[in-house]
Amino acid sequence: MTDLAGNQLLIEIVYLVASGLFILSLKWMSSPTTARHGIWAGELGMLLAIGGTLLHHGIVDYKWIFIALALGTIIGIPLGSVHMTAVPQRTALSHAFGAFCVTLVGTSEFYLRAPDISRFIMAVLSAEVILGSLTFTGSLMAAGKLQEILPQRPLTYRGQNLVNFLLLGIAIVLALYLILHPEAKPIFPFIVLIALIFGVLLVVPIGGADMPTVISLLNSYAGLSAAAMGFVLDSKLLIIAGALDGSSGLVLSIIMSRAMNRSFTNVLFGAFGQVQISAAIQEARPVKSATAEEAAAILSAANKVVVVPGYGMAVAQAQHKVRELYDALTKRGVDVRFAIHPVAGRMPGHMNVLLAEADIPYDRLVEMDEINGDFPQTDVALVIGANDVTNPAARTDSSSPIYGMPILNVDKARTVMVIKRSMSPGFAGIDNPLYYLDNTLMLFGDAKVFVGNIVRELTGGSHG
Amino acid sequence: MSSSSLVNGLFIFMLAGFIGFEVIRRISPLLHTPLMSLTNALDAIAVVGAIVLVGEHKSGLSHMLGVLAVIAATSNIVGGFLITDRMLKMFKSSRPAPKP
Repeated sequence: MTDLAGNQLLIEIVYLVASGLFILSLKWMSSPTTARHGIWAGELGMLLAIGGTLLHHGIVDYKWIFIALALGTIIGIPLGSVHMTAVPQRTALSHAFGAFCVTLVGTSEFYLRAPDISRFIMAVLSAEVILGSLTFTGSLMAAGKLQEILPQRPLTYRGQNLVNFLLLGIAIVLALYLILHPEAKPIFPFIVLIALIFGVLLVVPIGGADMPTVISLLNSYAGLSAAAMGFVLDSKLLIIAGALDGSSGLVLSIIMSRAMNRSFTNVLFGAFGQVQISAAIQEARPVKSATAEEAAAILSAANKVVVVPGYGMAVAQAQHKVRELYDALTKRGVDVRFAIHPVAGRMPGHMNVLLAEADIPYDRLVEMDEINGDFPQTDVALVIGANDVTNPAARTDSSSPIYGMPILNVDKARTVMVIKRSMSPGFAGIDNPLYYLDNTLMLFGDAKVFVGNIVRELTGGSHG
Repeated sequence: MSSSSLVNGLFIFMLAGFIGFEVIRRISPLLHTPLMSLTNALDAIAVVGAIVLVGEHKSGLSHMLGVLAVIAATSNIVGGFLITDRMLKMFKSSRPAPKP
């Protein structure tokens, strides 16, 4: 081991402390009571790391560093101030930014070092730019879909997977060639270009309902590309931060795909497109519907109510009206809880953030496994803008495309009320037998308006 | 990079990966969204590599790409910490209700 120069030793110690703070930061995220310490630890670690880096002996140009830091701050503030409903697309966008940074640094390092570049470094550098580029464009596509600039429906065509695999294969073969012949500089831009195209093609066929898994996977890729960059730059801090982010994304992807009973490969390469046929079979079966007045009467007579929110609640921005409903019912002594399916919404934890924004206490938000046993003792299950995660066909109908997916067993509640715009099938185009059950009442209308009407009935009408 | 520092790097990667896996597994699903925005901010530590690129100014290309990289990473740091903090401030418990 060579001795480090004084400055260099100080920098490494600062990085060591920063790495420790990053791990603590994630550890403190385990509970809402300590989570904000986690942010402070992360911020302190980041400040130390940046401060330490500025001591680096090779740095001659400080002006542009500070200009770039200032510009980044100016862009970052609005990105950190978006409305809570825009959090999924903001997250996708920041995956893109992170991957963009990694790709640019990898590209610079290649042109600074080539052809004097060892095989191992060239291998991790290739991994860095391939992962970085595909995460960059893939995340931009995801953000576009979430912002509804791009169609949310899966865009599929015949032979899609073959084309995707071929592209990735070509990129890897080119990278292998470059590892053996690092003097072949002109090949490098093609690797980046192909990975960029691959990222677009990878995400375009994925539907909105699969976004929680996709965002988590992109999160993981962004982390792994940063870890690869750590190997290229011989930076332990980057390897640690990248590994933490990579495993975080991986854990979330595993949780998400388990909650949909699908494998990663199925999410990435098996777009929900072919499913829509089954929706055509559905006939006009009779459903029972109810008015806001009737719904209010049933709710106020109940002891236990479980609200099941879904993406539809987010779209209708109904969370604040839901909070008023929660208040009105709680005031009457009704026990109201919220059942949160892991993939409800467009990213992991999406519903929790929206309900927390509406000031609903987090101890009222209950996970699927915890609340499923309580549905038989529940008087009313009120489904707001959720569809597939309540579909009993997932339990009973082995021909259903979502068969085996863990669902919220709302059909076991004494009464089920479903707020829905119309009888059109949900996002995945799968018919939901829940709507035709004897104990189900359909409440047709916009979620925000309908919940508002129920609240008015509850607060304005006579008591009892 | 010598082969010994490469091996060190692999050890560090593996250990950090395990720590990450075990720590993240324990995080309540309640906080998955802020977790993702926090890891996003932490991941932007890549900014240190970009800062060195800009500061060393070894070539015009590396300087230019470095400046862009610092801007992208800094916006992630600032935006990521900011929104995570905003989200976590919203998570409130109901007043300690007497439980039977």
